[in-house]
Amino acid sequence: MNIDEDMQEALKIFTVECNELLEEMEACLLGLETSTEPSQTINSIFRAAHTIKGTAGLFGLDHIVKFTHVIESLLDRLRNGELSVTSELITALLPCCDHLSRLILEVINGSLEENPEATECGNRLLDALLPYQQTTATTESHITVLPETTERVETLAEKHSGYGNWLLFLQFNENCLRDGMDPLSFIHYLTTLGEIVDLATFSYTLPDVISMNPELSYLAFEIILKTDADKEAIENVFEFIREGSNIHILPLENRIPYYVELINSLTEEDAQLGSLLLKSGVITPRELEEGLKAQQAAQSPCRIGEILVEQRVVQQPLINAALEKQQQIKDNKAKEGQYIRVEADRLDRLINLVGELVISSAAAKLKGMQTTDISLQEANTSVVSLVEEVRDSALQLRMVSIGTTFNRFHRVAHDVSKELGKDIKLVINGAETEVDKSVVEKIGDPLLHLVRNAMDHGIERAELRTERGKPQQGTIRLNAYHSSGNIVIEVSDDGGGLNRDKILAKAVERGLIPAGIVPSDQDIYAFIFEPGFSTVEHLSNLSGRGVGMDVVKRNITELRGSIFIDSQAGQGTTLRIQLPLTLAIIDGFLAGVGDASYVIPLDKVVECVALPSDDHHDFMELRGEVLPFIRLRKLFNKNGATVRRQNVIVVEHAGLKAGLVVDRLMGELQTVIKPLGCLFEHVQGVSGSTILGSGEVALILDVPTLVQQQEYRQIFN
Amino acid sequence: MTAIATVTEKLPAVQRELQTASAGQYLTFVLAGEIYALGILNIKEIIDYGQLTEVPMMPSFVRGVINLRGSVVPVVDLSARFGKGSTPIVKRTAIVIVETIVQHLDTKQNVGIIVDAVNEVIEISQQDIEQPPSFGSGIRPDFINGMARRDNRFVILLNVDRVLSVEEMANLSKAALGDREHGSN
Repeated sequence: MNIDEDMQEALKIFTVECNELLEEMEACLLGLETSTEPSQTINSIFRAAHTIKGTAGLFGLDHIVKFTHVIESLLDRLRNGELSVTSELITALLPCCDHLSRLILEVINGSLEENPEATECGNRLLDALLPYQQTTATTESHITVLPETTERVETLAEKHSGYGNWLLFLQFNENCLRDGMDPLSFIHYLTTLGEIVDLATFSYTLPDVISMNPELSYLAFEIILKTDADKEAIENVFEFIREGSNIHILPLENRIPYYVELINSLTEEDAQLGSLLLKSGVITPRELEEGLKAQQAAQSPCRIGEILVEQRVVQQPLINAALEKQQQIKDNKAKEGQYIRVEADRLDRLINLVGELVISSAAAKLKGMQTTDISLQEANTSVVSLVEEVRDSALQLRMVSIGTTFNRFHRVAHDVSKELGKDIKLVINGAETEVDKSVVEKIGDPLLHLVRNAMDHGIERAELRTERGKPQQGTIRLNAYHSSGNIVIEVSDDGGGLNRDKILAKAVERGLIPAGIVPSDQDIYAFIFEPGFSTVEHLSNLSGRGVGMDVVKRNITELRGSIFIDSQAGQGTTLRIQLPLTLAIIDGFLAGVGDASYVIPLDKVVECVALPSDDHHDFMELRGEVLPFIRLRKLFNKNGATVRRQNVIVVEHAGLKAGLVVDRLMGELQTVIKPLGCLFEHVQGVSGSTILGSGEVALILDVPTLVQQQEYRQIFN
Repeated sequence: MTAIATVTEKLPAVQRELQTASAGQYLTFVLAGEIYALGILNIKEIIDYGQLTEVPMMPSFVRGVINLRGSVVPVVDLSARFGKGSTPIVKRTAIVIVETIVQHLDTKQNVGIIVDAVNEVIEISQQDIEQPPSFGSGIRPDFINGMARRDNRFVILLNVDRVLSVEEMANLSKAALGDREHGSN
């Protein structure tokens, strides 16, 4: 199949659309059992299947049409209440969804032809649907989407059998007989197209016998024709005689509703009246052209519709229908205008540029400060604040709701609970919470792992649940919300909770912690993120091998996020993931140590206080509380002259406060994050770098790791 | 030194996979009195030494990072990488920006190397290139692609992919971190 570029483009849109529809279909299928309004859900599923089939038909992807058709018929029965929703039916339909997305994937990969392997697989799936199918496919005739409108006419014309469908008015050129053309032969020829149902002869133009010229043709005819041919074909019959003749071909009155429907069902992008009429077949290209000519020639501006009616090529109701459709298309276009699909690459480029802009404007501001030119400084300040706004709206562009990621888990929950033989429901909250697209992309896998883990290890067997006085059905909750510039995602289960003592024993056994020390619950739970750590005696297909949680932790750390565990024995476990909203730019706090500058993420900074001068401990008193601190100068081996008065930046992470001792406080700063690259991937306490207005590279400190590192050292030494 | 080369030939057991340098244009530079050369195809640019930010807790051969027109580029001290102590910064000190391939990630990364002085770009023909000695050069043999005769002395042709193997350097810094973790405090 040879496909030109336009087609490729359209095909791309088709595949994107199909994938969205399939996602919707899957979500609806999964929601069907619990839906309060199943009829609406079934309708959406049906619509999705119908659209996929229809569009696939347009592209000639017959194998997809064929496969979807079966599903569609089944859904139609479901919609009409001939079938009832059962979980078996849903389980049978879900793999069909998967199969469809596989077929679509093949299309994306450029193979438009049927793949025998896939077909076989599809047939197997369809076999599973057999019990739900009707023996006769009654739905076939009216929902099969035919690529050509003419064929549509055919199918519908059958319903009007017995009647004609075209009204022809023929008044031939007076001189036609002289030109060697016999009107009768044309009428005879019409019978090759179809059947002449009725014919009336008009003789009103016939003059007196005396003045009659036997060589001229005077008669006019009105013919009702029943044919499958379209208007253009009928028109072509009279091609040689058209000159000077008066020939009108109109759809019969009783056919008008059909054409109105046809016009309404057109999926044209083009909102021109003429092309709508043309596509529906009520006018021919020639008629349109003449109409347009007449429109141009007309003295006063008039509408093409009026001219066409005047020329008796089309009836008023059809024009009205077309006008309505035209309006509808315009409205749709306006609606579509609210969203623009943009390639992610372009967006990334924009964000990068905005990042550079932030750095440059900071540099300009810095330079401006060094002069005494007040107006320059003012100009710079307004540039900086504008750039800040640009930055915020640029980052907004990348924000997507986490809902799409969450919704995938309905399927996971469904499949895994079947696999495990546990009855587990998934409850989603905060699906509309927005987060940067890059975060959404990368959080899917860790979440998947956590959900599966919770289902496998968290939720107990039904018997045990009953014993513990819990409802038999286990619940997994996915929850998302915003909290002080971060997004928090929670995965919780109402299962057995983590076994604190077992984890501690295992940690001591593996030498992760010296025996005899009892850390806080939080710290104990954190051991499950150690590589190869598992307390499970029996391995399962899903989890328990002790691989995975460390990967989860690493992935989350890579996103500059952190993960906490809350667990109540017998009540359940909650894993709380905290992630930054965006990966590109953060608000930072700049501080100097020795000759170097460091950025501390502003959301971690609580306050700044002066370091008590008399102190040689690594802790101080802060309003009655003990505040441990880290001397960055010592930690980073910075030499050089010490400043007289050092400052402490109080940071907070996971409810714990700590201090960072620095030489200079340099204030807030928009920080464009530049990754340090793989050479520095093992560096702890530094999460990235940024370029300051002066051109200097400043490191961004990773507060959680810094603090944790200190805690570990304390334990081991 | 020729003698050493002959010995190597007699002892094929010690021989590693030979990756001899090919003829072409090379940039020569001085480092701790020794002349080294790098194929110019890997070299992106040469800049003056300046404004380097140290990254804490890295082994001594990673001097830090610099801002190269908006991107952050790590700078490696070759002398320290060869185990010969860190390079003092002098007036003519320059940073040569080299493009290396990060094998395990299949991406390219720019790395800067500190040199005492950049000399010139020279043409080295195949007959001037000798097999690298298996010892005696004072640096790890796999760092050397070959020895080129030039003005009655040898120029060491470096194997960029080995010398600036990001993977290896990252692992070394991981090890260094571990030492620090358990050694100090």
